[in-house]
Amino acid sequence: MNFLQNYDAVASLPEIVLACLAMLLLMYGVFKKGDANDNVTLGAVVSLAIVAALVIFTSEGKVAAFGGAFVVDTFARVMKVMALFGSAVAIVLSSHFMKRVKMARFEYPILVMLASVGMMMMISADDLISLYVGLELQSLSLYVVAAIDRDSARSSEAGLKYFVLGALSSGMLLYGASLVYGFTGTTTFPQIAAALSASGSSLGLVFGLVFIIAGLAFKVSAVPFHMWTPDVYEGAPTPVTAFFAAAPKIAAMALFTRVMISPFAAVAHDWQQILVFVSVASMVLGAFAAIGQNNIKRLLAYSSIGHMGFALVGLAAGSQEGVMGVIVYMMIYLISTLGVFACVIAMRRKGQHLEQISDLAGLAHNNKALAFVLAMLMFSLAGIPPLAGFFGKYFVFLAAVKSGLYALAIIGVVSSVVGAYYYLRIVKIIYFDEPAEKFDTLEGEVKWVAYASGAFALLFVGFANYLVNLAEAAAKSLY
Amino acid sequence: MSGWLLSFVTFAPLVGVAFILIARGEDAVARRTIRWTALWTTIVTFIVSLLIWLNFNPNESGFQLVERHEWLGGIASYQMGVDGISMLFVMLTTFLMPICILASWHVEKRVREYMIAFLVLETLMIGVFTALDLVLFYVFFEAGLIPMFLIIGVWGGPRRVYASFKFFLYTLLGSVLMLIAIIAMYWQSGTTDIVALLSRSPGFPPEMQTWLWLTFFASFAVKMPMWPVHTWLPDAHVEAPTAGSVILAAILLKMGGYGFLRFSLPMFPDASLYFQPFVYTLSVVAIIYTSLVALMQEDMKKLIAYSSVAHMGFVTMGIFAMTRQSIDGALFQMISHGLVSGALFLCVGVVYDRMHTREIAAYGGLVSRMPLYAFTFMLFTMANVGLPGTSGFVGEFLVLLGTFQNNTWVAFFATTGVILSACYTLWLYRRVVFGKLEKSSLAHIVDMTPRELATLAPIIVLTILFGVYPAPVLDVFGASVENLMKTVQTAAAAAQALTTASLQ
Repeated sequence: MNFLQNYDAVASLPEIVLACLAMLLLMYGVFKKGDANDNVTLGAVVSLAIVAALVIFTSEGKVAAFGGAFVVDTFARVMKVMALFGSAVAIVLSSHFMKRVKMARFEYPILVMLASVGMMMMISADDLISLYVGLELQSLSLYVVAAIDRDSARSSEAGLKYFVLGALSSGMLLYGASLVYGFTGTTTFPQIAAALSASGSSLGLVFGLVFIIAGLAFKVSAVPFHMWTPDVYEGAPTPVTAFFAAAPKIAAMALFTRVMISPFAAVAHDWQQILVFVSVASMVLGAFAAIGQNNIKRLLAYSSIGHMGFALVGLAAGSQEGVMGVIVYMMIYLISTLGVFACVIAMRRKGQHLEQISDLAGLAHNNKALAFVLAMLMFSLAGIPPLAGFFGKYFVFLAAVKSGLYALAIIGVVSSVVGAYYYLRIVKIIYFDEPAEKFDTLEGEVKWVAYASGAFALLFVGFANYLVNLAEAAAKSLY
Repeated sequence: MSGWLLSFVTFAPLVGVAFILIARGEDAVARRTIRWTALWTTIVTFIVSLLIWLNFNPNESGFQLVERHEWLGGIASYQMGVDGISMLFVMLTTFLMPICILASWHVEKRVREYMIAFLVLETLMIGVFTALDLVLFYVFFEAGLIPMFLIIGVWGGPRRVYASFKFFLYTLLGSVLMLIAIIAMYWQSGTTDIVALLSRSPGFPPEMQTWLWLTFFASFAVKMPMWPVHTWLPDAHVEAPTAGSVILAAILLKMGGYGFLRFSLPMFPDASLYFQPFVYTLSVVAIIYTSLVALMQEDMKKLIAYSSVAHMGFVTMGIFAMTRQSIDGALFQMISHGLVSGALFLCVGVVYDRMHTREIAAYGGLVSRMPLYAFTFMLFTMANVGLPGTSGFVGEFLVLLGTFQNNTWVAFFATTGVILSACYTLWLYRRVVFGKLEKSSLAHIVDMTPRELATLAPIIVLTILFGVYPAPVLDVFGASVENLMKTVQTAAAAAQALTTASLQ
């Protein structure tokens, strides 16, 4: 077992295990006679759980590996567990749905697993090269996943759009990375940080920084690089959208945070104003553009753009409090989003999946529990206390005010009021409108994901202490 | 016992919610069980809250029955406590809730959700008055929007959707800026603990106070509501079901006044002095303008809603006159208005349930068919006017007395409001109750049922009791108001000294 004593391999053990398990399941799926889908799905969820356990238990403190290209710290561990959780729940949500729409292919869970390997790479990347490798590994899987419903024009369109724009953004990111390399002479984050604190910023470096931010903003779907989001959300099958909205966003935001805080801390003054702009634009566009939507998936796309804007408020603060705010925000966003999409998956009448907001009419009459959960999640996303979403917003604004970004905080809270309007509109349709026909009976797992998410939103007040301390430790490890 | 008494009273209604959730079925039996569970929960909560009154020492000016726990990883705390100012609001809330439940006995539509919404609302309202941490306060303050939004939207009148959205978004917009102010206060002082913030010396720098004051003002002025941000109130009142209107008028509006007394005055005394003329202006405009508007109303609930805005004008005027009598008066006025306006909405509810219209023109001559109702309504009409012997008089008189010491003209203009309030209230009473019973639709209207009498009787007793013998109320907040006055006067003296120094 010489291999395991190798330091580098131990640090990246979870990634290696996940990649191996994915390939194993692929082999099983290819060579098994008959339908392998159920077993592969189950295997994928179990694998993700095993890997999450490995992430938590195999390393402690801060470990750098592969010549500093790969780093594992508390921040990485927390974000990885969140991303793996998002992937696993997305697979669970898809299991019955895919069968029903005759799309059950064993490749889907495997692609999600491979994307998760990419996400874990992104989260741990401490070098511009490993950053790019992780990002592409994730993105290539996501392009395929977006177009998984290959007979549907909408899904193919979504995949193609995502691919073209994604490739463009990867190109920008790569160009930015090469500029940064050119002006600092290194690709690893600690060395870039050292070079920058010695020499300060230069025009070329700022250009590189702008391109990197543009690339990363695309991945988190922040304005002005958000155009793909509504189309992809609408076009992809709903469980795939749920996956897109959850895990990759966590990974991209973690990467964004590390890149801004770790190598470019010395030039914070240069990137802060860009992030303030991106954040304000995302919050405002997310709030206003969602008002006119009738398709719930499109509405959630704009809502997620807005939420990324709020999370970026914390990042724009550029402080330890800010990073903590980002982590808390993403944690709450992840669980709420999965819950909301579970509710969207539950919108089914006579076997037909529905996507119009008006289809929810009078849900409170037909299915009280689901209506209550969805309404609470809406209030939570709107940021109304005592629900979880409020605390996410509270922590990012806490950081923004400490860094003196008053204008940003004020625009943020005001756009949250505008955003509250469309969330309220959904509550109104659920509770005030005349009941439409009943939805079909819910599958157990969809129901429980929704309930668990609703319980989280409602009870976050109670166990906030624990999660906040966790986020604080994670943020500390980055400094 | 005293260690968790406040938490118990605050969260007791949620226990009732749990029981209501357990109750199965949708039939008449289930509805009956749910109603009784809700009623008993609120009654028990009220009885336990009497223990607060018993354990409360009115001679002490600080916070009592304090309990404290770590929360949100140390950046905020779960801290509860009451002083003379907040204790009465807690009592008012627990006292009115059983009455609201009883007044909603005939609700048949989604009874389970209705009762749950009201019980949750009770928890949140008590929490507002007992919270001793800014973040905790904000959580309770904002969370109340959710059940109220549903109450107006689900059980409201024809324009309920519009009214509920307006209510929610208006109040939310008013209070989000307060959140930023709370955060700024945290970074400035290192704590969100209200007790620590109140005893902080020196307080916030005057420059910062101005901004903090404005954000808190935005929030409380909308909630209060003050002219010109009062427009959500008539809509919300008109569309809300009777019990919802009662809660809105009696308790939710008082949160604004409570906020002024708890935060604006003691924490930002310099800014409060600086903005005194501004608040005076808004208050006087509110008193006169909304009284005139009330004169023109065709809808009973709308008329009472505008009358509430005018009465709240007295409260803001009294608070910011910053004399001992005026603040005493403002507090008394809030308690009294909580009882009287709540009762007036209940009175409207009585006839609305029979005729299903709130048009004043649809009524007339009720006295000949409903003598008991005419008497009750008369009593609260008089209390609303501020007739000596009713609780309405004490508050208004003290406010005017205190304000007069500070600014004669403001008191003079405000007094015209007393006359106007007599005009619109008495005129309303005349049009509804007196005259000949000519409308055929009213020919078979029946007098109040025992249940309706039971809802109104406790309020009648208190209205007259506090009018004749106001001491029990005044004594409770005496020491706390005294303490508040000291803070404000110290700041005023310091500001005076600073101005004199800079002039020399």
